[in-house]
Amino acid sequence: MSEEPIIEVDHVAQRFGSRTIFRDVSLQVYPREVFVILGGSGCGKSTLMKQLIGLLVPSAGHISLYGHAITGPGGEAALHTVQQRIGVMFQSGALFGSMTLLENVMLPLEMFTALPPEGREAVARVKLGLVGLGDAAGLMPAEISGGMARRAGIARAMALDPPLLLLDEPSAGLDPITSAGLDRLILDLRQDLGATFVVVTHELASIMAIADRCVMLDRGAYPDAGGVIAEGKPRELRETSTHPIVRAFFRRELPGAVAA
Amino acid sequence: MLAFAGRLEAHAIGAMWRPAIHAAQHARGHSLSFDLRNVTFCDVGGASLLAAVETAYGAPVEAVGLAERAIGLLERARAAGKIEQRATSISPFTLRDVAAAAARLLAFSVTFIGETAVAFAELPRHRRMLRVPDLLGYVDSAGIRSLPLVVLLGYLIGLILAFQSAVPMRQFGADIFVASLVAIALLRELGPLLAAVILAGRTGSAFAAEIGTMKVNEEIDALTTMGLDPVTMLVLPRVIAAMCVMPVMTMTLDIAGLLGMATVMRGFGYPFVAIARQVQEWVTAGDLYGGLFKAVCFGLVVAAIGCRAGLGTGVGPRSVGLSATSAVVGGIVATIAVDGVFALVFYRLHL
Repeated sequence: MSEEPIIEVDHVAQRFGSRTIFRDVSLQVYPREVFVILGGSGCGKSTLMKQLIGLLVPSAGHISLYGHAITGPGGEAALHTVQQRIGVMFQSGALFGSMTLLENVMLPLEMFTALPPEGREAVARVKLGLVGLGDAAGLMPAEISGGMARRAGIARAMALDPPLLLLDEPSAGLDPITSAGLDRLILDLRQDLGATFVVVTHELASIMAIADRCVMLDRGAYPDAGGVIAEGKPRELRETSTHPIVRAFFRRELPGAVAA
Repeated sequence: MLAFAGRLEAHAIGAMWRPAIHAAQHARGHSLSFDLRNVTFCDVGGASLLAAVETAYGAPVEAVGLAERAIGLLERARAAGKIEQRATSISPFTLRDVAAAAARLLAFSVTFIGETAVAFAELPRHRRMLRVPDLLGYVDSAGIRSLPLVVLLGYLIGLILAFQSAVPMRQFGADIFVASLVAIALLRELGPLLAAVILAGRTGSAFAAEIGTMKVNEEIDALTTMGLDPVTMLVLPRVIAAMCVMPVMTMTLDIAGLLGMATVMRGFGYPFVAIARQVQEWVTAGDLYGGLFKAVCFGLVVAAIGCRAGLGTGVGPRSVGLSATSAVVGGIVATIAVDGVFALVFYRLHL
């Protein structure tokens, strides 16, 4: 792809005290692609995601969004300029507990647009309808299931129609039909709105359905830290990779009799 | 030779664990093998025992007579034991860690004060983020709902204070001065202080728990990534609400306390007119205003400490409870410390 990447991650590492989560992760995400970050539990997928949205400052390396460096000096100001062009869905949905689903989706519209209240509500209802929650608009976050909370989180992330959406495990714990519906939604939005997606997941079916490219992290990439063990199109990784963990993931072939 | 017999399962291995480990440690340097021919059943617990005995012995032990199925279990137990050894790396606690933690806490508090001040200063630009319904909600929950408690406590304190001081004062025939004593103590000192203690217990802890829960649920992260400032959205309305309700709470507590005092004085036979005159003669408006001003400051301190505790919440539901506790303790301690500063300042200014 000849275009400028939307996200550029350059040799990034994350340490917490003496514990190194991963080191030397580099990747580029280009406009209109669905980019999947995958890997086993505890390999740093969500940590990498938090770095991408500026919640965690990497211990080393640089990250740029839309060509603005959000790490290093001036990073915070740069982050503010790009923040409204990014929608984020957190693993738990992270809905505001004191508001209904509708109010949750309306909040970004209230804060950042001049829409009148009835306009905000109409837009928010459409977004909830897109994720299949049209009939649940009046419910409180405490009254709904985890899967619904995650879908409402996606609706809120889409509230301002950002060109870049980051989703942290959108389909974890969903039934296969809803999960397939979400995959469909991601592909549709990419096609209709030209949106770019970064999706953290370890659902194989979902990866094969939506991912243009993916990067696989693993805890044991280095002797003392995690990192990238494979990058590329999911189909190619499944067919050609010789890395034992990649094969274990895509083809369910365990490397040894006793899995560690 | 270490012989086992019967069922090697979770219930049975408890009694054998220490003797077996002991025996294995003594056998170091000698040869050792397991005699498992009389073992009728072995589960994962049993396999773990065998693996632990092997670790204590320091070398692989040959097992004789182990059932085919149990050999697999033993293999797994051995492998799991090795992984565990690799993963445990809990370093001991040093004085440096404590100092570092204290420095982090201090830095966090200073940052919080700075962020709150900046949020206040930038409020005109971010008027949208201060949601009026939220603010009124906090006024309701922090202030109006606490009024019954304030009235009850104020009345009782006035009653007790008057009664306790009446006994020694009476010896000097000065029991009419109980009225002015209680009035001055309430308006200047006890009113604001008790209102602040009620605020810390009822509201400071609630603020910490609310914000702490939001932190644990990633809601604070969600706000930040939306470009909304959590301090403006969450801290400011709570602090402003607390500062608004504190004078009202203090005033209510003062009045209830005076009524309590009057009840006691009536019991001693003084008419209301005499009590009211005595209070009017000794109490100045400055006493009242000074107390109310202190109340506003206490409201700021208690609410800010509650919110700070909430934002400083760590990971997991347990830390929400810890934050609520530290909000109450911090709120009360800080209130009394600030009160001490006020006492000094008022004295210097001859107020």
